[in-house]
Formats: sequence, structure tokens, C-alpha cells
Amino acid sequence: MKVGLFIPCYVDQFYPRAGLATLTLLERLGVEVEFPTAQTCCGQPMFNSGMAQLARPCAARFAAVFARYDHVVSPSGSCVAMVRHHYEELGIADPALAGLRPRVLELCEFLHDVLGVRAVQAEFPHKVGLHQSCHGLRELRLASGSERVIAPFSKVRSLLESVQGLQLVDLARPDECCGFGGTFAVGEEAVSCAMGRDRISDHQQAGAEVITGVDMSCLMHLEGLLRRSGNRIRVLHVAEILCGDRVP
Amino acid sequence: MNHPEKARTFTADAARTAWHDQALWFIRQKRDRAVSQVPEWEELRARAAAIKAHAMSRLDHYLELFEARATANGAVVHWAADGPELCRIVQGLLAARGVQRVVKSKSMLTEECHLNPHLEAHGIEVVDTDLGERIVQLRHEPPSHIVMPAIHLKRAEIGDLFHEKMGTRAGADDPGYLAEAARADLRGRFLGAEAGITGVNFAVAELGAVVVCTNEGNADLGTALPRLHIACMGLEKIIPRAGDLGVFLRLLARSATGQPVTAYTSHFLRPRAGAEFHIVIVDNGRSAVLAQPEFRSTLSCIRCGACMNTCPVYRRSGGHSYGFVTPGPIGSVIAPGRDAREHRTLPFASSLCGSCSDVCPVRIELHTQLLAWRRVLASRGLVSPLKLWSMAVLAWVLRDPVRFERAGWIGRRLLSALPRFLIYNPLNAWGRQRELPAPPRESFRDLYRLRMPRGPKT
Repeated sequence: MKVGLFIPCYVDQFYPRAGLATLTLLERLGVEVEFPTAQTCCGQPMFNSGMAQLARPCAARFAAVFARYDHVVSPSGSCVAMVRHHYEELGIADPALAGLRPRVLELCEFLHDVLGVRAVQAEFPHKVGLHQSCHGLRELRLASGSERVIAPFSKVRSLLESVQGLQLVDLARPDECCGFGGTFAVGEEAVSCAMGRDRISDHQQAGAEVITGVDMSCLMHLEGLLRRSGNRIRVLHVAEILCGDRVP
Repeated sequence: MNHPEKARTFTADAARTAWHDQALWFIRQKRDRAVSQVPEWEELRARAAAIKAHAMSRLDHYLELFEARATANGAVVHWAADGPELCRIVQGLLAARGVQRVVKSKSMLTEECHLNPHLEAHGIEVVDTDLGERIVQLRHEPPSHIVMPAIHLKRAEIGDLFHEKMGTRAGADDPGYLAEAARADLRGRFLGAEAGITGVNFAVAELGAVVVCTNEGNADLGTALPRLHIACMGLEKIIPRAGDLGVFLRLLARSATGQPVTAYTSHFLRPRAGAEFHIVIVDNGRSAVLAQPEFRSTLSCIRCGACMNTCPVYRRSGGHSYGFVTPGPIGSVIAPGRDAREHRTLPFASSLCGSCSDVCPVRIELHTQLLAWRRVLASRGLVSPLKLWSMAVLAWVLRDPVRFERAGWIGRRLLSALPRFLIYNPLNAWGRQRELPAPPRESFRDLYRLRMPRGPKT
């Protein structure tokens, strides 16, 4: 099995550690991983701004770069949701794309569903708050979500629970949006920041030392608010915890 | 109407924003508890969506069936193409019978069609009898929520309003006392009314009957005494069979307020002896939505308000920030269909978190439709030039991996080197309340190349 690693553009540029953690974690599990450097971006910023025609070249590139892999794995629920759920609406002729889309998976989803991982070899003796990023939750269905009446499950939570010493804190609102939302973060800056602060105070009241999640974008937004206010809570991508990295 | 600006004004009062958020979240939690008691909840939602999709696909048939059955029952059915026609029909009915005083139960349709100001301009007194509606009517402002019209107001503000308008004790804000005062004030108006206007929650085609749901019994009071009842309904309120009510009534109140059922579910089949029953069926843009497959499912909306209660943006920006009769996610997909230019900021007033789609009892894919509206707006040139330009530049950078890498390198170096005041300039909306990420020296692809001695794969 050959896996293509898709690293979201902003993770590549600003959070390389999350990318390295993903790569390390996959390799430790015996997966053959390649990072094709011809990749750039899934196209979501343009697509979510309503400019599908500007997103199309990104999607075409994605298809060309990744079609040859058995699976494509990415440390992002949001970018994977873009590929799996929205590329269809772009009307790209490449026949390889239709077959590729279902093989594109978020990291925890890949560990849980494809590799069948139920426990990881890692230690993280900290109180951790899990931020359930919306696209992972409600588009990829990585967890059951508080709105629906179905048997509760959470793929990410179950993996985190296997980490030695890690204590997951209970949030008052376990799956409310952080307010990042891509261009929403700047277009609706006031509401975006109000939402982010509310998330932080929920984690803080629950006693979290670290906020983690499957999407670095949500964490980037929360980190921006945390750092501005001098709050000592840290953010870490879930891959950084699952591969055993410590808070430096 | 500019949502971000109105939202900024709303959030400037942080304490009030937190209070508003919590008040609505409380309703969302009540809803969660209520729906968790119904194991077949998801099946009910799917059934409701299917019934509505079916009804909309044969709307002409069911509307004509409804008209025939209602007429056979002794009701008079009127058709209004738009808001002004609804206003003319209702005012004509009232004027022909010399009606001066009207009581009205909750009807978002009449809000949408501006019926109250039209009737008032013709010298007719209209009293909204739903307590929340009455409060906003006395304040001369629109409702901020479709189920809880005065949810934006605190108890003390209502106490002050009632003191001014109804002579309650100054400073009194006990809910029981204030509700009793409103009740006493309204009772006389119910007794004196010459006509009662109601909305319609469901119109059952096979019966020719309309169903009105209230928690205050005000629709019943308002139609029990007057000799004229006018029910106003949007043409999408049609459901085929009486049995379908078993699906929708179970969904409606649980979604709206977390109650198993509304306190009053009133079925109007025929006029009372000696009284008249008129039903006005209003289009006002709905058939145009029917013609758009992408947005057709918005016609399935049963106006429960659950998408507002769950929306993290609505809860922190208030109903009035939307500038449309229906706020929140459902309003943001209906409004641009009425006037895309006027409401062009609404499809962007969402983080696309998708919670609205998951609470919706009729499974309207609200966040997908918000996204679809963004595409429509962009194609009509209704997004800001700045956004268009910045996205075009971004897309150009991302089109080529070498260009992307260089741009990233330059960006990270600039962020490291530039003085803080240049980075956190007034144009940097991200940096107003947030830090930018600390730029690392190497990108992921730099590090990947370093650890791959045989050279990068492309």
C-alpha cells in the first residue's frame, strides 16, 4: 500500500511540525508514505469564497499528483472534506478524480478505518481538550455530533484515549465551532473572535493545558487569540500527540 | 444591509453577546434533550424531508386539491401572487365588513408581506397577540427570531416597556407579573376584536384544513369570538395527508423549543356557525424558488428556528443583524433569493460549520446552500473587488508549486523581519485581536527534502 501525503498549504508553510508528526506516525505504523512536492492546495479558500473557477486548477493538480496512490492521507478534516465532498461540483473532466475522491482520508480516519488502529504507542501526560473541527465532524463524520440522535462515537477521541497519561477534559459544548471558517475569520472578524474566545474559555474552565484537533486552521485561530491574550494554553495538532511528541 | 458591520456593533457589548448566546444555547440544549427521547428521530427527519420533497414536486396538484376541499368545507380560498396582493385581499375583506379592530396570532408571512403597516395605514388597529410579537410591536421593531420574537430583550427592558405602555410598576421585571399584565391588556383586545388573523403551520391537502401551533392559545382566542377568521399561508405549507401531521408535529415543537408538542395545536376545518373562514395562499417569490433545484428544499422549512438557536454566528450577532424577516441560516439562504444585492453579505455570515444542517428537522442542507449562494453571488459580480482580487492572486500563486514555495519563503521571511507595526496594520483584520502564526524557518517541504537523501519525488 502506497500512501500519498497531502499537507495543506498553510501547514506546509506555518506548521511543518504537524506535517512531520503525520509523516512520522504513518511511517512508524509501517505505511509507505510519499510527499509529492508538486502539490499545492486543495482550492478551498477560493471555492468557499464562491469562486469555483479559481479552485478548479488546484483540483486538477490534486488529481494529477495523487491519482497514482492507493490512499491519500492528510492531517486536515477540512481539506479532505473539500476533496471528497466538493470536487464533484467543480466539473473536472479527469476520470481518475472520481475514483480518487473516496481514497482521500483524514489522518485519524485513515488510522481508524483503513489500518484498524485502536491504540497508539505514545505518552502524553497532560490534560487535553479536543476541539472537534466542524468539517471533520459534520462532513467526514469523524464523530457522532451532538445534533444527531445516533449511537455516539468519535474516531479521534478513541485514538487520543489510548495515549498513555493523556487526560481528556469534558467540555460544556463538545462540538461548537471555533469561528475560524476560512475567509470568515477576516470577513466576519468580530464574530469569529467572539466565537474563538468562547471556545477557549470552555477549554480553560475544563482545565485543559493543551487544545488539540484534526485541523491546524482552527488551532491557528485559537492560538492567535491565546497568544494575544497571554494565555498559557497550548495548541497541538492531534498528530503531534499521537506520534508521542511532547510540549516543548 | 451589511452583516459584518451590524455584527460588530452587536458584539461590542460582550456581556450582552454572551447573555444572548447562552439564552439561545439553553434552547438548543432543551432541544437536544427532547430529541434524544425519540429513538427514531433521524428516521422522522428523513420522512419529513421526503414528504416535503414529494409535496413540492406536485405542488400544483396539492394546492388545487386543498382549495377544492377547503371550499367544500365552506372556507373561501384566495390567491395572492405577492405581498401587496395579500395586503389588498386582507384589507378588502376587513373593509367590506367594516372591521376596525383585528387580533393576529404569529405569522411570519404577514411580517414578510408588511401586512400590519398596510392595515394601519387604512385605519385598522392590528394587535399582535403572541406575547413576544406584542413586545416587539410595542417597541416598533421587527422580531429578532421567528419563534421567540423578543429573545434579544432582557426582562428589565420588557419591564420598562410595559411600565411605559401598560402602566406596570416602575422597575418591576418579574416574568409572572409582566405576563399577567400583558394577559390582562390583551384580554380586552380579544373581546373587542372584529376579526382574527392567523398564520398557518400546516395545510392538509386531503382535508382542506389548516393547522396552527401556538404555546399561548392566542390563535384559538383570536378566532373564537370574531365573525371573521383570515388564515394567511405561504404556498409551501401544503402537506398531502392528515397522517403526515404525525411526522411534522413531533418534529416541530421538539426542534423549536424542546417541548414534546406545542401547548395548542389547533385544527381549522370549516367556519364556525355564523362566521366566515378565509384562507389566503401567498406565493411572494416561492414559485421562483421552486424553479431553482439547488435551493428548492428551502421550501420544506417548517419555521422551527432550530437553525438559529444552534448557529454560533446568529447567537453572537442577534437576529436584527441579518436585516431580513427570517434571520439565521435559513434566512441567509432565502434572503438573497429575494434581493441578491441587498442581502449579499448573508451567505458569508457563516463559518460553514454545518450544525444548522444537522439540527434541521426537514434536513435542509443549509450550509451547502450558503456555499451555493456564494457561487451565485460571485458569478453575478456581487462579492467585493478586494475579495475577488485577493482570491485571484492566491489562485495564481497556488497554480504552480515553485511559485507557491517562493511566495511562502518570502512571506515567512517578511513576517520574521518586518517591524510589528507594519504587520499589524489597520488593514490586517486577522491581527486586530489575534496573533499571526510564528513563521518557521523551514517549510514542511524543506524539511522533507532534508530527510530524503535520494531527492524529492514529484
